[in-house]
Formats: sequence, structure tokens, C-alpha cells
Amino acid sequence: MKTEVSNPGIEKRKSKLPFKSGALQQILAFSSLIVLILFFSITSRNFMEFSNIMNILLSTSVIGILALGTTLVIITGGIDLSIGTAMTLCSVMTGVFITFLGLPIPIGILLGILSGGLSGFLVGSAVAKMKIPPFIATLAMMMIAAGLALVISGTRPIYFSDTPAFTQVALGSIIPGIEIPNAVLIFFLMATIGYIILNKTVIGRYTFSIGSNEESTRLSGVNVNRWKIIIYSIAGLFTGVAGVVMAARLNSAQPALGMGYELEAIAAVVIGGTSLSGGKGTMVGTVIGALIMSVLTNGLRILSVPQEWQDVVIGIVVIFAVYADILRRRNT
Amino acid sequence: MSLLTMKGIYKGFPGVQALTNVQLELKAGEIHALVGENGAGKSTLMKILTGIYEKDEGKVIYQGEEINVANTKEAQELGISIIHQELNLAQDLTVAQNIFIGREPRKFFKLFVDEKKLNQEARELFEQLNLNLDPTEYISNLSVAQQQMVEIAKALSFQSKVLVMDEPTAALTDSEIKTLFKIVEQLKQDGVGIIYISHRMEELKRVTDRITVMRDGEYIDTVDTDETTIDKIISLMVGREIYESSEPKSITGSNEVLLEVKNLNREGVLKDINFQLKKGEILGFAGLMGAGRTEVARAIFGADSIDSGEIYRNGKQVKIKSPKEAVKHGIGYLSEDRKRFGLMLDMDVKTNIGIASMDSFVGSVGLTKQKAMEQQSKEMVEQLNIKTPSVNQEVRLLSGGNQQKVVIGKWLTRDSDILIFDEPTRGIDIGAKGEIYKLLNDLAAQGKAIIMISSELPEILRMSHRVIVMCEGRITGELKNESATQEEIMTYATQRIG
Repeated sequence: MKTEVSNPGIEKRKSKLPFKSGALQQILAFSSLIVLILFFSITSRNFMEFSNIMNILLSTSVIGILALGTTLVIITGGIDLSIGTAMTLCSVMTGVFITFLGLPIPIGILLGILSGGLSGFLVGSAVAKMKIPPFIATLAMMMIAAGLALVISGTRPIYFSDTPAFTQVALGSIIPGIEIPNAVLIFFLMATIGYIILNKTVIGRYTFSIGSNEESTRLSGVNVNRWKIIIYSIAGLFTGVAGVVMAARLNSAQPALGMGYELEAIAAVVIGGTSLSGGKGTMVGTVIGALIMSVLTNGLRILSVPQEWQDVVIGIVVIFAVYADILRRRNT
Repeated sequence: MSLLTMKGIYKGFPGVQALTNVQLELKAGEIHALVGENGAGKSTLMKILTGIYEKDEGKVIYQGEEINVANTKEAQELGISIIHQELNLAQDLTVAQNIFIGREPRKFFKLFVDEKKLNQEARELFEQLNLNLDPTEYISNLSVAQQQMVEIAKALSFQSKVLVMDEPTAALTDSEIKTLFKIVEQLKQDGVGIIYISHRMEELKRVTDRITVMRDGEYIDTVDTDETTIDKIISLMVGREIYESSEPKSITGSNEVLLEVKNLNREGVLKDINFQLKKGEILGFAGLMGAGRTEVARAIFGADSIDSGEIYRNGKQVKIKSPKEAVKHGIGYLSEDRKRFGLMLDMDVKTNIGIASMDSFVGSVGLTKQKAMEQQSKEMVEQLNIKTPSVNQEVRLLSGGNQQKVVIGKWLTRDSDILIFDEPTRGIDIGAKGEIYKLLNDLAAQGKAIIMISSELPEILRMSHRVIVMCEGRITGELKNESATQEEIMTYATQRIG
């Protein structure tokens, strides 16, 4: 150990790299984002217009919020496939509370978010207590939520036409003068909350610790099962927020939507450098990952690349993002 | 004429010289025992023979020719097979499928497995070996002994001339052992050379022709079984040299019992475990691998459930059903496998030190007190002399000794006053060992009560005030340190039932 010094805690080792090992992937992702933005600004005149940028951010918001929540789950070494349809279920529940039951908008929103938390709680319990592998437990919840959304809504969209204020939750702008849609602000707010949870709270500590070595964590006297349920529930609350934003953006709860959103969210998380084997990941990375996906989609659309090919490109990006991660691991 | 000769074998791993100038000679039709304490280098030597490890230096001569085996498959093709201590069979395949895995007879342009022929060949093999096994039975339906037989049949289906058996009787009952010995005798008649690794002395006396003893990675001696005694073998195994005990042993006059265990039982694993642990005491747990020492530790710590038994903490009965409760009662467990059960390798020193005490590092709104945690871990780093550039260093970058200190720091931060050390110096180099010993003495002197499980007898003798010896899940002896000898401990450690 050449790097050891006799006076620990005072001197710092001169690191070979100017950043911690986990940060490389993030820097890579961030530079890719910059390169993409530069590329599209050069190839297309409309790309850098304010309205287009808002467009990109707006389309990032829902997937982004989902991705933020699921980042927590993925860092524990788990996976959540239910977030797409659970989000739809939350939209529908918000519709039920506001349109069907006529509850005040804030209460409807709160209950909509809480239904997401409940769904996360159930999934977390299945994973932690019943020891069902996360893939299976959340696959089941994905189906259950998809079905329930259709059953509860009677397979028809629920419109918020009686409460025109609701759509302002996503599309209005709380900051006077600047036309930034609230959905975008909510996305950044959730990113901040996610960052604080992951990096500043005991929940975040245990999230990393469970993902890094679950058995060691348990043998340190940590009630791993309880914390897993808490983590899945928090991820569920994020799903709930995404559901409300989605409903407000469309001014309706569309019960047939949502399937496939989970995979886009997971892709965003992975592009952002979070490891699917757990123990490593950042919220900032996830934000960047989600932005890369929507910048790509938006830019390619402006360049008139057909939808089918956009999917192909994003698939390839995912492969390279994960490959970069594997290369990084091999080097350390 | 010798069938196999290994001579001048050297093998080093990073930080450890595992084998130094080791030799072994095996004749055809001979059962040759290979004995030594845990860590003596028996397994390493066998792994070199069967191509799992590559030797650094030395010669392996087989049937008069020098061989360099690159992998297990090559060894098998040459006729050298090993039956590992832990069984390596696919539970959901049949007996015959397991035996011929990777070389199944095919049919229809080699597209399909010829199951009929497969089973037929297996049946012929069993007849030849006088084995009573159904080739179509699934492995999961077989007893451990039967599975062992399947492993032996598999090894012999390669026309093996050299067969290595690593602790073949460890999981067998007496009648099963008899059946195994019958087969071993028959193989011997057929001219197969068998290298037989076992800790069970009576067994070696019964079946082997010669015994080679290894100690600390070195060849000690080869003796004819008929001309030696069990005592002689044991003294060859443990040797005479004792660690120089530069550390004065801390002696405490305290009689305060911090922990008492009464009639602890776990079906098939632990039987009637009773002992007391006093303040300021280092209580050594000696025994061979699989004697149940780690299981006692895990049971006390709530990591494994128990069938019956009582645990008293400072005289009061307590129920410990999970590690969380054990930690609450001031018990800390330092696993023999730090990397799997003790550390979060990818996380920094400060989190690894703080993880058991997060409650005390949480502020009013659930935010962690990063500063306090950093401060505490810095204190630990200083107190335990952990060599790390900073508390933000990832633990996987530290040496084994320093990783062990991080785990100790975790439990000291939690204020645990009972510490269970499971093989505290495993994988730690000699220099750092001394430091860990000093630390254990200091902790005991401060009034902590320590359980130290160790397979190294000199370590047990050097460190502990009292020694408990276990064998097959029972406590077979308790010794005061002043009177204990390595031979005595070994005798208790091999005291099997019946």
C-alpha cells in the first residue's frame, strides 16, 4: 500500500483522477448531453429556441420524476417495473378524487400522490417480507396497476373539464414573467428532494448500504426489511407525483397509457450512471440521463428522423452507456 | 514405483506464501493421507495437482512423465480427479446426467442426447463399482452419502488413476462411512492411488497406508501409518514453535458475567451449548472447521434462528431474534468473512464505521449529521491506527488488517461491550496480526468481553484467558489457558461421538 500515510485523516491522498471513481460515468453522461445539444443546435436552427427547450424539459418531466424515484430502488440493487402503470393508476385516482368525488384540487392531488406511496409500500412489502424477487413482485404490480386503472376508470379517460385550474398544476407558470411550465419546476423540485434524500438523510445512507452489501448491513443491526419498504414507498410517492403531473398535462387521466414508461425511466437511470447491480448511483446522473433521452428524441424529430429510428438510437445509447460503466469498473 | 510425485512445489498469493518446497509421493494402489491444520496448504497443493491453481515452481511427475496441468478438464483426461468437500452436483438433473455432464452420448446427427445410452453407461459403471444407485433418480432425492457416491462414480468414469478425496466423510453417518470405505478398498485393489484428506485421526489409522503431514505451507514428514500413533501425527501437525508472546496477557480479576448461554440448541448444528463470558476476558473458541464455532456466534448474534436455549445479559434473560436486537444489547460480531458479512466495500470508511450507529447520527428532520459522523470516524481511525488517507476512502482500497480495524471501529462506535471475533486474523499478514492482537488485549483491558474464534492454535493459546473446544456442534472441552497445550486442544477437537 504505497498510498498509505502515517497521519490519517489529515493528509489526503493525491488521487490519480480529479474525481471519485463513480463520477466518471456522470461526467461522461454530462459531456454526451453537451455534445448532443451542440450537434442539434448546429444541424437545426429551431432547436435552441426557447419554446423548443421548454418543450424538451416538459417532455422530460414525467419520465424524469419516475426515474428519480426508481433511482433509489435501483441503488438498493432492486428494480421496479410497476412505476409506469402505477403512475397511470395514480392519474386515474386523482381523476376519481377530483372529478368523480368532487374533492378540492389540493386534496385530490395529495391523495393521488399517496396512492403511489401505497403501491410502493405494497411492492416493498412483497420484496422485503415475502422475499419475492423485485423483478417478479413489480412485474405483478405492473399488471395489477394496469388492470385496476382500467377497472376504476371504466376503461374511459377521466377529464378534468369541471376543474380548469387542475391543468395549471403542470402547464401553468408559477414564476411571473418567465414561461417555464410548472411541470418542469416540479421535476427540478423533485430532483432536489431526491438529492437530499439520497445524500443527506439516513434513508439514503441505508439505500447505498443495502445495495452495496445487504448482509453486512443486516449484521450491523440495521432492520433491512423495514428500510426497503420505506425506500420502495418513497419511490412510490415519486410515481404518484408523476401521475398527477401526467394527468394535469393531458388535462385527463388516460387509463390505457403508462405501459413502457417504466423502461424509459430505467433507461434514463442507467444512462445516468446508476449501476443495476446496486450500491452506486446519483440523482444528478438520473436528471442528465432523462435529459439525454428527451434531447435525443426531440432533436431527431426536428431532423425528421422517423419515430421508429428514434427508438433504435436510444437503444444503442443505452448499450453504450452501460458498456462505459462496465469499462470503468474493469479499470478500478 | 510411484504413480505420482510432486516435488519442490512453491506457490505464493499476494501477501502470503502458501506453499514452500512441498513434496508428495503416491504409489499405485495406495491410500495416502494428507493432514495438517487449517491453512497448512493441503487444499492449495491439491488445487495445483488438479489444475485449479498454477504452481510457481516445482515438478509434477505422473506415470513417469512431467505434466503441467492447465485446468480441471485436462487433469481429468489424464486420470487425475478430485472430489471436493462441498458437493458440486446439479440438484435438478438425474444421477446419470450429472455423471456424464459435458460429454453426453448423442444421437440423430449429434443433435439430441441419447438418454438410453446415458443411463446404460451409468448402470455399467455402477455395476463395476458395486454401487447400488438408480441412474434416473434426481440428485435432490438422494442423501448426502449417496451424492458422495455419485461424485466418486463421476470421478472414476474418467478412468481415474489418481483420486483426491477432500474430507469425504465430513457429512456422512457411520454406516455410510463403512460403505464408502468398502469402495475405497476396492479402488485400492484396482490399483487406483488415493490422496485422502481428513481431520479424523481414527479414520486415517483405519484406512490409510501412509500419512504426509504439512504445516504452515511446508512439508513436514511422511510416515507409514502402521508405525505411528495418533499422538505422534498430532504433534507433527501442530509443531513446536509458538508465537513469541511479546504481549503481556492482560489479566483481570473481574468476575462479572456479561453473557451467559444456557442449553443452546439448533437441530443438526448445535447441541447443548453452555458457557459464561466475563468482563475483561478473552474467551477462545477452538475446533476444526465445521465444528460449529461460527454457528454459536451467529446464534448469539441473532443472525441464525435457534430451536431452544437461553441467553442472559448481565444476569437478565434476553431474547435475541435479529442482529438488530443483539446490537441493542451491546453485542458486536466480526465475521470471518469480512468482505461478505462485515463491510460495504464500495463505501467509504466513515459510513462503514457509522453504519451500526446511524441512530446517533440523525438530526431532528432525518438529515444525517455528516460532521459528527466524520468526527467520530476520524477518532476511530486515530485510536485504532487505521492506515487510510482519509475517512472518505473506499474500504476496498485498504489492506486486510485495516479493513478488520474498520469493522472493530464500527462496534466501538456503537459502544458494544461484547465483541465476537470470528477468525480475527484470517487473511491478515504477520505484521498486522501483532497489531490486532495488541488491540484485542487493549479492549479486554478496557473491560470489553471478547469471544475469539480461531483455527490457529498458537493464536488461541497466546490470546485467550480460557479456551472452549468444540467438535461436531458440541462443546467437548474447556481449558484454563495456563494449563492448555496444543495437543490437548487437538484431542478435544477430534473427539467425535461414538
